Order: sequence, then structure tokens, then C-alpha cells
Amino acid sequence: MACLIIAESAIFTIFVVAYLFYLGKSTTGPKPSEVLETPIFYTICLLSSSLTIHLAAKCLARGIGFAFLGFWLLTIALGGLFLYGTAMEWHRLIYEHGLTISTNLFGTTYYSLVGLHAFHVTAGLIMLAIVAVFGLAGRVGIKQSGRIEVLSMYWHFVDAVWVVVFTVVYVLGR
Amino acid sequence: MSSNVITASVGQTEARPWVDELHQWLTTVDHKRLGILYILSALLFLMIGGVEALIIRIQLMHSHNNFVSPEVFNRMFTMHGTTMIFFVAMPVLFGFANYLVPLMIGARDMAFPRLNAFSFWLSFLGGLLLYFSFLGGSGLYGAGNAPDVGWWSYAPLGARAFSPGHSSDYWTLALLVSGFGSIGTAINIIATILCLRCPGMKINRMPLLVWMNLVMAGMVLLAITPLSAAQIMLLIDRYLGGHFFDTQAGGSAVLWMHFFWIFGHPEVYVLIIPCFAFMSEIIPVFSRKPIFGYPVMVAATVCIGFVSMSVWAHHMFTIGMNSYANSFFTLTTMAVGVPTGIKIFNWIGTMWGGRIQLKTPMLFSIGFLFQFLIAGLTGIMMAASPFDWQLSLSYFVVAHFHYVIVGGILFALFAAFYYWYPKMTGRMLSERLGKWHFWLFLIGFHLTFDVMHIPGILGMPRRIYTYEPGRGWDTLNFIISIGAFIQALAILVFVANLVISYFKGARAGNDPWDAWTLEWSISSPPPAYNFATVPAVASRRPLWDLKHPEDPDSRYE
Amino acid sequence: MGSTLTNPFGTALALFRSKLGGNSRAVFWCLNHDKKLVERCPPSQKRLKSNGKRQMLARRTKSTLRGGWRIALLWSASASALWALKPDSASGRGTNIFSPASTPAKSISDLSAFVLVITGIIFLVVFALLFYSVVRFRARASDGGREPAQVYGSMQIELAWTIIPILIVVVLFLATARVIHAIQDAPEPPGALDVIVIGHQYWWEFRYPKLGIVTANELHIPVSDLDHSTPTFLRLLSADTDHSFWVPELAGKTDLIPNHPNRMWMDPQREGVFLGQCAQYCGTQHAKMLLRVSVDRAEDFSAWVRAQQKPAVEDPSAIAGRRVFEQNACMNCHAVGGTPADGRFGPDLTHLMSRATIAAGAAENTHDNLRLWIQNPSAIKPGSLMPAMKLSDADLDAVVSYMETLR
Repeated sequence: MACLIIAESAIFTIFVVAYLFYLGKSTTGPKPSEVLETPIFYTICLLSSSLTIHLAAKCLARGIGFAFLGFWLLTIALGGLFLYGTAMEWHRLIYEHGLTISTNLFGTTYYSLVGLHAFHVTAGLIMLAIVAVFGLAGRVGIKQSGRIEVLSMYWHFVDAVWVVVFTVVYVLGR
Repeated sequence: MSSNVITASVGQTEARPWVDELHQWLTTVDHKRLGILYILSALLFLMIGGVEALIIRIQLMHSHNNFVSPEVFNRMFTMHGTTMIFFVAMPVLFGFANYLVPLMIGARDMAFPRLNAFSFWLSFLGGLLLYFSFLGGSGLYGAGNAPDVGWWSYAPLGARAFSPGHSSDYWTLALLVSGFGSIGTAINIIATILCLRCPGMKINRMPLLVWMNLVMAGMVLLAITPLSAAQIMLLIDRYLGGHFFDTQAGGSAVLWMHFFWIFGHPEVYVLIIPCFAFMSEIIPVFSRKPIFGYPVMVAATVCIGFVSMSVWAHHMFTIGMNSYANSFFTLTTMAVGVPTGIKIFNWIGTMWGGRIQLKTPMLFSIGFLFQFLIAGLTGIMMAASPFDWQLSLSYFVVAHFHYVIVGGILFALFAAFYYWYPKMTGRMLSERLGKWHFWLFLIGFHLTFDVMHIPGILGMPRRIYTYEPGRGWDTLNFIISIGAFIQALAILVFVANLVISYFKGARAGNDPWDAWTLEWSISSPPPAYNFATVPAVASRRPLWDLKHPEDPDSRYE
Repeated sequence: MGSTLTNPFGTALALFRSKLGGNSRAVFWCLNHDKKLVERCPPSQKRLKSNGKRQMLARRTKSTLRGGWRIALLWSASASALWALKPDSASGRGTNIFSPASTPAKSISDLSAFVLVITGIIFLVVFALLFYSVVRFRARASDGGREPAQVYGSMQIELAWTIIPILIVVVLFLATARVIHAIQDAPEPPGALDVIVIGHQYWWEFRYPKLGIVTANELHIPVSDLDHSTPTFLRLLSADTDHSFWVPELAGKTDLIPNHPNRMWMDPQREGVFLGQCAQYCGTQHAKMLLRVSVDRAEDFSAWVRAQQKPAVEDPSAIAGRRVFEQNACMNCHAVGGTPADGRFGPDLTHLMSRATIAAGAAENTHDNLRLWIQNPSAIKPGSLMPAMKLSDADLDAVVSYMETLR
């Protein structure tokens, strides 16, 4: 998993570089500062989900099954909320501002970078959901603790990437 | 140590219906079978890529030749380059890594056998996708066509505007898919090496082959991913109307070049480092001496790994970077020659004072050393960026990288084939055909690629389907083409050798070369579980210790 | 790792000397010497040592003969290299990066020679080492299958062959950096000629902004001399894909990349026509995107400029052809100065007859070629973006005769 994360980081790096490289190089509008709003709430959601998954993994290691399940479902809820946030933002951008992936360079880089991240959140959520189903069926115990740790590592990584994406897109990019 | 030498034949002896056999091969998760599948698929693509090379050479035999149209020629060199790099060199090296790494570290399989199978089939699917473009390149309606944008598909030539139809899509998808396969394999190799070493196999006792494959896998992780990212961007451009590399909308062609070469140059080292690995196993065995300067070899490999991540823009000296960037990449590129030179010296140091047995694997290894030396030196010439302003994009560059890839990588691979074929099949390759193969290939190689430097100096650019008479290029190109056919002949001898020896070759026994690493302690071919009992090692050459109990290596480490 | 040396500095020094002077004997001595110190071989083997040496001498001749192919190879390689380096551009047709005619090409050529010499020396030294070790240490029947002394390495030697290459790299880098700076950062003098070069798929557009000239495929620049330098500075742009401007005897190549203007310069000191071509793969007809640079004497150049500045000749006898030209798609892509035709997709035809070639150097500018080119461009340059005009014979003849008035 560590190797996968290294490889994934390299992919994200390339997209971030492309985003930064093309900042302000769009030939037509709209510009990022005109249309982007900082999604503070959803960011808090995602970041706190890192905490909850950590707690869930810890509970599992200690053998507290129901607490694990509780934190796990909370993680999924927070992750889902974040995705909803992204979806709403895209909806707003597309229908109010007419910014699509083919509008200009900003659109292309913005949607690819945020989309790539959202794709990873989705993949993570699917994996979390599978675990949740097993958990509800009572099949997740201390034995699976190692695998759950690995999954939580991935989730932390997705969060860390969001910190970078957030910084680049919403702080530096505006 | 002695307890794990298995002599009994464990393969099932009764004949099974071939359908079962085939089914087993197709669904296998055994690292050895997957290794062989990798190698076989690479050989298949080597044949195809070779035919493409011959078509190129026939077309260039003399000026104003009309053997193929310019469109076909452009497809041929695109497909030749893409095939040889992504579907011959990478798979065959992954195949050897798959086969040898677990055996050499005393493991029973790779860390993730199913991921391993998945990666192989992804890579293979990539190859099929690339070749499907011949049928479906323009959307399956009429005759399709293959991509014709060059193997690096510089923007904006690869964009929709200049490459309509689907041929470039197949190229992109093929590279993306096989790239994911490569990443999977790299993760697998790293996990295997870090987690599955047998007792006593400390990290500084691993055979050099294992070390170098570890470095190679690490580089794959960092090099293939930028390519994958760039391919995703290109797909977004081509299908979703993005503008990453759309120069009409302010996109940048230079960005693609950077992304491509951030992959492209480490890629060269991804290919050559496993070949260094073969050399570091074969040269000691045939010189009857341990490798000279093991820790330095490891350090040099790691050093190459790091430095090679910062040399990519030497492919871009002509794009008009500022003088500081040019100077920087000149320096890093020349610097990478230092650890490479150390390696060459260490191999010579290994041969020095040995008893060199000139069997076929060693012949190819010596050929490798000689040609890799020249390739390295022409590399230094092109590292000097002003010199590169003349040589880049000319036939000199073509000669240089074929010197690396054919003279270096392919020679090392042939050495590896002759060396490990007995382990994989239980039969020796014929020495007589091997010598024919070696000499024919050597002559053909030098005829082609020595001469090829000269048209570059005389101003002949690469990727041209024809040229004007009277520029002094005709005779040279004719010689080059003759050499290409001699090489093709040598490859046929090689394939004949592979096939004939499989049925008629002498029985190899466990350890035909009197070698020292763990794979030679078990039967040939090895049983599915490799080691009946997990071996324990006490030095870098466990079998030397076993054979020379009076003077084991472990006493000196 | 049992390796100790009594005299590490001596070894390093000897290695260093041998590197500089090509005296590889010293290295052999050191390694032999070294081996004796670090080897650990069974006692039986030590006894046989002197015996083996005598036999080795007897066999040396034979092994040298066997290695003869390498020498032969080396010979043929260097002979062909020498042949290549012989400047043969006197004929005006060949090109060679080692017969430079302008300052950038000259300094590159000098640097290249320097790098060649250094790498040549390295090659000789390492090759000698390799060759010697293969010949000298081959297994022989007399060895009786014994293992040689097991040597594991020597830090001192490793250090030597690390430091020496580093020194060589430093020297090469400094020499290179000087040339990079001299060529790339050369300031543009006030009297320099400015030309904008625009790469199109398979042809070159040249614009002289200060002189108001537009032409194609054949660049005219004045000759320069070292005392009164009149260099030409090119600004390189691209209209579509990447191209690369390469005239080997005038300068190194520089790419023409959309959205990424580049600059290069040349100050040719020899008159004549210099050949070059597009070096960066740009599409189907990359091969026939040829380039010629005509370096003229000052007065010839000003005469050429005056001629080019005029609008197109109006010849009443070619009025029919002109009508065909303007009523068909020709004028959408091509410009003829002083007429309504002002397309920019194809080459400017105002002074077509002043050029020696058509189709970016793919054919001589003759009546028959011109006719064939208009009728069926694929016959000359398959994949060119010029469409086949499908004119009637009469129209075709008219257009060709109109073209022939455009001097």
C-alpha cells in the first residue's frame, strides 16, 4: 500500500503541476477568483473523517466491535457528505457559470484535478462500504485489523491529497 | 543449507489433455509461469517489432525509395518504438524479474500472486490494444490504421486536430493499461523483496540481481506514473474537450514534453538496470570470481536511480530552454555517467584475475560491456548540449539509443536467456547455434549501428521516410539495411535454438554453470513451490559456501 | 570484505597517470599487485602459479589473433569515421556538422572535437582493460578446473575510478557551459537582420519584419565577416505542430513550438547555398520539409531585398491564369502581393519564380514540376496539405503560365 501511495502521489503531483503551470494562462474566462468558493464545511467533513477512521481502526484493534462499526459508518457518512459537496459545487459551476471541462484551461485543469481526487474518494468509499457490509454481517473482527489499518492508510492519503488540492486550488489559485 | 537440495522430479508425469494444460497456463498465478508468459509475449512482440524495423530499413535502403508510403512508414516507426519499449523490453525484463527474484531470495512466490497475474494480463492487453489499432484505428468502418505520431507523440501532433480518428486513442490506452500493469508488478517486486527474504538473507546479502530489480521497481513507481497521468490528460483532451495540450487554447506543447521525458528518461534506466543485474550475476559465474566491489555496485545503482530522475530534459536541449537549464541538465547527465562507469570498471575488475569461460552467456556479456561502453561515451557527447543541438533528432541519436537498447539491453538479455534457459526448461541451449547466433548478431549489429552514427553527422534527421539523392547518405543507408537483415537472421537462429533445444537439448541438471545463487540449488525446472524447505543463507553466495565448506564466504563477511 | 592495500595512494596515482597518458600498463601492474595482497587461495593453487605464467606466454600469440576481430572492428569504425569527417560540402550538396560556416556552428564543432578526443581516450583505456582481461584471464585446459583467487574488491581502487571520472565530468561540463553561454546568451547587435521563421506542416514561412518581405522555404541572408559582423537573428514560431530548424553548417537545431517562441542566430562567413531540413517529426511529410539558406554577398542581398519588396508583376498575357487562380480555391491559401489573393495557409507566391524549388524543396522549380504539383501534389509529395485542384488542361496551363510571370 505504501508503494501504491507513492505511485499515486506521483500521479497527483503531475496534475498539481499542470494546474499550477496553467494558472492564469486561460485565453478566455471565467477565472478561478470569479467562480470558486472555498468549501470550508466539506473540507472539515473530510478531514474529520480521517479522525473517525483512525478511531474506528483503534477500536477494532482493541476488539470493541460496535464502536468500530459506529465510527466506520460515521466515516462513510462524512466522506459521502464531502462528495455531495463536490457535486454541488460542480453543479453550480456548470449551470450558473457555464464552466465545463472544455471551456478553458482553468476548467480543464480544475475538473481533472478535483475530479481525480473525487474519484479516489469514491473508490475509498466503495471499499469502506464493502467493509461496512461485512461489519454489519458481523464478519469483521480483530483478525482483520491489519487490513483495516491498510485501508485507513489509504483514506488518510486521500485526505492528505485534499489538503494539497485545497491549498493549490482554493488558496494559491485564487 | 544442504537439506533443501531437491533431486526428485516433482512434475506430474502423466500426460494431461492440452486443453487442461492451456487452462492452467492461462489461469496461473505461479510466478515462474507468469515469468515465462511475460517472456513469451515479449518474444512475440519482438518478432512483430522486428518486422516493422525491417520495413523501415527496406524503405530507407536508397534515396527516393517507394517501398511503402509515407503514412505507412510513419506508422511503422511509431509502432516499432512503442512495441519495442513497452511490449518487448519491459515485459521481458519483468518476466525475468518475476522468475528469478523469488528464487534468488528463497521465497515460494511473489508477495501478491494474483496481482502478479493481473499485471501480466493488463500488460498483454495493452499490447493487444495497440495492435488492434491496425483494425479499429479509424473506427472499424473502413480499413483501420495504426498510430503515426511517433513513440513520444509530441503535442500537439497527438491532439485531435492533428491526429483524427482513433489510432492515437489506442496508443494512449495501450500505454495507460500496460502502465498500470507495470505499476502493479513494481509494487509486487518491492513487497516481495522487502518481506519474503529467507532466513539469513540480510539486505546486504541479497544477490545484486535482486538489489537492482528493487531499484528498478522503485523507479517504475516514480517514472511510469507521470506517463499515466499525462496519458489521462491526453485522453481528457481527446474525449472531453480539455485543453491541456491544445496549443490553440493556450495549452502547452512543452508541458507534454516534460511529462513524457520525466517518464522517458528514467524509463531507459528502468530497462538497463535489470540488464546490469544480469551482468552482475553472469560475469562473476563465468569468471569464477565473486563480483568486484559489491557494496559499491549497490551504491552506484541507487545513485543512478536518483540521478536519473533529474536528467530528463536532456531530451529537450533543442526546445529552447534557457542557458541555465541547459547547463544544469548537461551536468546531471554527465554525472550519471560516473556511477555507470564505476559499474563497468567493477565488471572488468571481476574478470580481472579470473578464469573466464567463453561460453555463450559470457560472449554476450562481453559484447554488452564493449557496446555499452561506446553507448555511454556517445551519451556523454550528447550530454554536452551544444553538441546535442547538432546530434539530437538526427540519425546519430538513433544510433546511440539503439546502441544502448540493442547493443546493451538486448545483448544482456541474450546472455540471460542462455544462462537461465536451463533453469526454466531443464534443457541446455545449443552452444553451437549459440555461437552462430552471437557472431551473426554481433556482425549485423555493428554493421548497422556503427555506420548509423555517420548519416547523423552528415545532417540526416530521424523519422524521414525518404531523402534526396546526392547528400552522401545512400551508401551508408544501404550498409545499415544489410546489417539489419543479418541481425534478423541471427534472431531466427536464436528462435530456432530456443525451439530445438526445448525438445532436443542436453539435460541441464540442477546447476549446469556451477553457480552460486539459490535458484541453482533446486531442480530445473523448479517445482511449483520452489523450495521444499525454506533455505537459510549465511553469505552472498550460499552455494559457494555449500561447495567449498573448507573456505566459505560467510567467514569473510 | 577482506581488502587491504599497502600502498593505496600509489595505486590511485598510477591509475590516474594511466588515465591521462593512456599508459594502461601501470594499471595492470597495480591490479596484479593488488590481487596478490588480497587474494586468498588454497595453498595448492599458489604453487601452480609460476607454472601457469609460462604457459600463458606461449599462448598469448594465439589469443591475440583470436581477439583480432575487435581490432579489425575498431579499425573499420575509425576509418569510416574519418571518411565521414572529411568535409565534402564543397560540392554544395552534402552537409556535415564538422564543416561549420558560422560562429555558432564553429564553436559547437570545436567543443565537439574536444569531447570526441576525451571520450576517445576513455574508450581506448577502458577498451584496453576489457580486451586485456578477456585475453589474459581466459580459462585454459591447464587450469585443471580450479577456482581462481576469490577477490572481493578494493575500496581504494573504487575510489580511484570514482574520482577520476568526476574530474573528467567537471572538465567537460565547464567546457560545455562556456559554449552554451556563448551561443545562447549572445546579445543581438543593432545591425542584425531579423527574420521570423514560422513552421507550417511541411513548409517554412520567412518574414522579414523590418524589410516587409514574406517568402517561403528559401531563406536569404547576408554573409558576415568577423570584423564587420552582420548576423541574422531568427525568431522561431509554429503555426501547427512542432518543427525544428536545422542547417547543420550554420548552427545547431532549435525547435519551432506553438506558444513557445524560440530564438537562434547565425553569422555565416561563407557564401553559398546551405542545405537543411525539418528535424522534429511534424507529420506525414516531415521528410520533405526541406530548407535551403542562401548566403549572399552584401550587394546581392540588397538586390534580392529590393526585388522581393516589389508587388507582383502584372503581366497582361497571364490575365487568364490570374482569373483561374482567383476564382478557384488557390487564393484562400496563397498570397500574391498587390492582388486580392492574401491567404496565409500556404506559401506566399508573389515572387515564386525567384525560388529554385517548389513544395519545400521537394522538386525543382520547372514548368513541368509546377504543372504536376498543381494538378496532383501527391505525385511529388504524398500527404501534403495542398489539395489536387482538378483543373481542366486549359485552366491548368493558364495558371502555370500565370505562376511563371511571378518573378
